[in-house]
Amino acid sequence: MVPSRARRIEEVRTISFEFEGLAVQAQEGDSVAAALTAAGIVDLRDSPVSGAPRGIYCMMGACFDCLVEIDGQPNRQACMCEVREGLVVRRQQGRAELEL
Amino acid sequence: MSDTDDGADTLVVGGGLVGAALAWGLARLGERVTVIDEGDVALRASRGNFGLVWVQSKGDGMSEYARWTRQSADLWTDFADELEAASGVSPEYQKPGGLHFLLSEAALEAKRAQINRMHNVNGALGYGVELLDRKALDGIFPGLGPDVIAGSYSPHDGHASPLKLLRALHAGLAARGGRYVSDAKAQAVERDGSGFVVRTAKGSFRGGKVVLAAGHGNKWLGPSLGLNVPLIPEKGQILVTERIRPLLPMPTHVLRQTTEGTVMIGDSHEDTGYSTDSETPVLTRIARDAVRSFPALAGARIVRSWGAVRILSPDGCPIYQESESHPGAFSVNCHSGVTLAGAHALSLAPMLARGKLDSELDVFSSRRFADGSVTRAAH
Repeated sequence: MVPSRARRIEEVRTISFEFEGLAVQAQEGDSVAAALTAAGIVDLRDSPVSGAPRGIYCMMGACFDCLVEIDGQPNRQACMCEVREGLVVRRQQGRAELEL
Repeated sequence: MSDTDDGADTLVVGGGLVGAALAWGLARLGERVTVIDEGDVALRASRGNFGLVWVQSKGDGMSEYARWTRQSADLWTDFADELEAASGVSPEYQKPGGLHFLLSEAALEAKRAQINRMHNVNGALGYGVELLDRKALDGIFPGLGPDVIAGSYSPHDGHASPLKLLRALHAGLAARGGRYVSDAKAQAVERDGSGFVVRTAKGSFRGGKVVLAAGHGNKWLGPSLGLNVPLIPEKGQILVTERIRPLLPMPTHVLRQTTEGTVMIGDSHEDTGYSTDSETPVLTRIARDAVRSFPALAGARIVRSWGAVRILSPDGCPIYQESESHPGAFSVNCHSGVTLAGAHALSLAPMLARGKLDSELDVFSSRRFADGSVTRAAH
C-alpha cells in the first residue's frame, strides 16, 4: 500500500484504490489527482504528441494534462473524478481507440 | 515605427491569418513590413477556424473564386514547405482529398447539379469533384453511418492546423525582419504625404502602402480610405474530442481529425451578430449530426467547444480591392483564411508589393455589390 504522505487539515475515512497495480491510500472526497499527488505519484501519462511524461497542472478541469484511464475508460481528467474504494486507475498511454 | 521612424514599405492592419499571410508574403519579397494588430482580444476568426483547405463547392456562381481557390490549393504544398523552412513551424498541411457527406436523395441531386454547373470552372484543369456511391465510399472511408447514401470527393481538398499556420506566418515574418505590433487597434487610417499613417493607442505608424486585413474591422476602417467593405458576421460552432488513434482517413466538410488525434466537429451557420458564445442547442445538433454520419464518434469524449465569427461578404466570395480615391490603400477580406493562405502569400502579396492588383482580381472588388443585386454563391 502506497500511503498518503500529505498532512491533512482534517481526517476523514481512509479508502484505497489501485494505480498501475499498486494499492494507493486516499481519503474519502479526494479527487483522483489529489490522492495520487498526496501519495507522491506525479507521472500520470505520456503525451501522444511528444511522448514526454505529463501530470497535474491546473487541478480545476481546464488543462486536460492529468488524463488517466479510470475503470477502463481512457482520457479521464484525474482532477475532476472523485476517488472511490476499489477504483482501478492506469496511466494514460497514447491516444484513445474507438471501435468502428 | 513610431512618429520618428522611417516607416515601412507596407503597413498591414490586422495580424490574423489574412494579414499574416500577406505580411509574410511581402517580407519574403524583401519588403519592410509592419503589422498593426489589435491583439488576442480581437474577434480573430483565425483562432476559431476549422482548418480545411477546401476546394469543392467553392465559387458556385462565381467561377473566378472557384479558380482562385483551386490555385491556392495547388500552391499549398509548396507554400507549406517554404513556410516551414522559413519559420521552423509546420502548418501540418495534408492533402489526402476531402469528402462531403450526402444524407438524402435531395442532397445527392443538388450535389449532382452543382457538379454539372461547375464542371468547366477550371477549364482544362477540370473541376475534379466526383460523386461516390455508398459502396465506393466504404472503400475509402470505413465506418460511415447508414444514413450516408453517397458523397462527393475532391482530390484537391485537404486540411491544416490554423493555429500552427498563424504561428508559422508570424515566426516567418519575424525571421524576415518584419515588425509585429500587438495591442495596437487601428483607430484611424489616413493619407500621410505620399504614404499612409495608422493611428493607434501605441502611437502612429507610417508606410508607403496600407493593406486593411482587419476582418470585420475593415468595414469601419475602409470608408476613410474610400473603400466600401460590406461584411456580414456569421457564427460557426465547433466541438473537439479527446485525442483518438487515427480514425478518419481524410477531412470532410463537418469532421476532421488533427495530426495530434483530436476530431473537430463543426458546421453551424448562425446569425447572432458578433457573439462568439457556444450554445448547447446548436452543439447538440452538431454532435447528433456527427454521430449520424460517423457512429463511432458516440464513444468519444468532448473536451472543448467554441464559437467563432466568419467574415462574409454579401455573396460569400472574397473582396480584394485598391482604393480609387486613395491609390496605395487596399482592403482584403475573405472567410477562408486557411484555404486562401497559399494564394494570399504567394500570389496576392506579390501584386501588393508591385502596388497594383492584377486585372484577374478586378471581379473581386466590392463594386460588384453597387447595384444592390447580390446572389449568394456557395462558399
